[in-house]
Amino acid sequence: MLELQDLHVYYGGIHALKGISLVVEPAEIVTLIGANGAGKSTTLRAISGLVRARSGKILWDGKPIHGLRADDIVARGIVHVPEGRRIFATMTVRENLDLGAYLRRDRRGIEADREMVYHLFPRLKERERQLAGTLSGGEQQMLAIGRGLMAKPRLLLLDEPSMGLAPLLVAEIFRVIQEINKAGTTILLVEQNANQALRIGHRAYVLQSGELVMAGAAQEVAANPEVRRAYLGG
Amino acid sequence: MAEVLQQLVNGISLGSIYALIALGYTMVYGVLKLINFAHGDVYMVGAFAGFFAATAFGWGFLPALCFAMLVAALFGLVIERVAYRPLRNAPRIAALITAIGVSLLLENLGILILRPDPRAFPELIRLETYQVGPLIVNNRQLVIIATSVVLMMLLQFIVTRTRMGKAMRAVAEDTEASRLMGINVDRVIAFTFVLGSALAAAAGVLVGIYYTRIDPLMGFMPGLKAFVAAVLGGIGLIPGAMLGGLAIGVAEVLVVAFISSSWKDAVAFAILIMILLLKPTGILGKTAEEKA
Ligand SMILES: Nc1ncnc2c1ncn2[C@@H]1O[C@H](COP(=O)(O)OP(=O)(O)O)[C@@H](O)[C@H]1O
Ligand SMILES: [Mg+2]
Repeated sequence: MLELQDLHVYYGGIHALKGISLVVEPAEIVTLIGANGAGKSTTLRAISGLVRARSGKILWDGKPIHGLRADDIVARGIVHVPEGRRIFATMTVRENLDLGAYLRRDRRGIEADREMVYHLFPRLKERERQLAGTLSGGEQQMLAIGRGLMAKPRLLLLDEPSMGLAPLLVAEIFRVIQEINKAGTTILLVEQNANQALRIGHRAYVLQSGELVMAGAAQEVAANPEVRRAYLGG
Repeated sequence: MAEVLQQLVNGISLGSIYALIALGYTMVYGVLKLINFAHGDVYMVGAFAGFFAATAFGWGFLPALCFAMLVAALFGLVIERVAYRPLRNAPRIAALITAIGVSLLLENLGILILRPDPRAFPELIRLETYQVGPLIVNNRQLVIIATSVVLMMLLQFIVTRTRMGKAMRAVAEDTEASRLMGINVDRVIAFTFVLGSALAAAAGVLVGIYYTRIDPLMGFMPGLKAFVAAVLGGIGLIPGAMLGGLAIGVAEVLVVAFISSSWKDAVAFAILIMILLLKPTGILGKTAEEKA
């Protein structure tokens, strides 16, 4: 479904991705873990067209997308929920969700998906008319994910959805991510919170200083002694 | 007292014109974080387009106004495309210097093609004055105020209700997040220039009607004052530009009436210095603490 081939990304002189190759198959949850600064966000930003790769390929259904503008990539069904939520704070919850559906014209479908988002996150419905900036951190993360779903993605890229949230909320977010996946959306999940992310992932990659150092079934990766020591606290 | 009220009416007329120009500064700043110093010259282009529509085609007020807005919108579109878009990823100072360059280019082209001497703007609205209690109001002032109000309401509708308007607000708040929504940011920026330039052209025609004289350098001073108005209201904020424009217009007229006409142009800059010292984010802008 999605394939990265030997992807290199630079920020000026910083070589942030040093030849990343990975695949995401339909209906999977693929987890990408790594320490702060490893290049996880950069990987997602390259896929969604926010940064350009210097070399390498990004194939979507076998076709190259690494030269496309970000809005064209959204139109092809890849939606990126960025690190730090990036909701539109001066707009209402409802307006944020509508912006998620910016490229869609099917009113009925949009309405149905809004109901679906409200079903996943009932608190968003309660706060529909509230400015997004007044929401709590957890609610903002729900809104960011809900806004992403409004684009009707085939592949959802999630960048550290559990960042800064209390444990109870983290559990809820991860539960919803699984629910979204079961409903048919493929997910590429980036996390520093490796424990939980490996639990819900089917397969996993480990990124270290811009290079993939391990790949495999999520359980195997979680069981690896080096991974346990470096990312799972022993 | 009646004299103050009278000057207030005059000030609101002038202020509506500043407000229309200020809107373009503030909207472009919103989406691009650029002070488009060529904006005052687009206002001049609008005034001349209205002038030629009235003199060469013999058109009346409304058709001339629409024509001017269309021509200026086209100028805005081309300026953005040719001068600013190639600098999208360049340091911000490069775009700022380019803006000043575009301004000088338009002014000097204006002098070359349109001749430097002022021209009498055709009488699109025949002057009638009315006595309202102690106040004297003329129909040109009413047309200016009414036109401004209608245009601002239209703008408000576009920005809050239409898809493009919502995209504009999204880009102004977080450009990168907007791209992740599937918004074509370049198109939104182009649209913003079209909108701002059309409003400036309307101001140009209204000024022609009010002061009856236009010239190729007419954009310089009102452009600066409208920029101050945008900063005064809170740069990037649409209601701020409206409020700032009115405030600058009223302040200018009051100072000329009650202090000295030699202070006419100094008022705006005194206000700019004060606002930068007291509340740099402008009247409606959030202070740093409120933002955090
Ligand atoms: N905008 C940027 N400019 C310069 N360097 C950056 C930028 N964004 C990220 N980097 C660098 O690229 C590397 C990878 O960053 P990132 O992808 O954000 O890592 P992660 O998401 O795994 O924490 C880091 O060394 C970081 O400092
Ligand atoms: Mg990151």
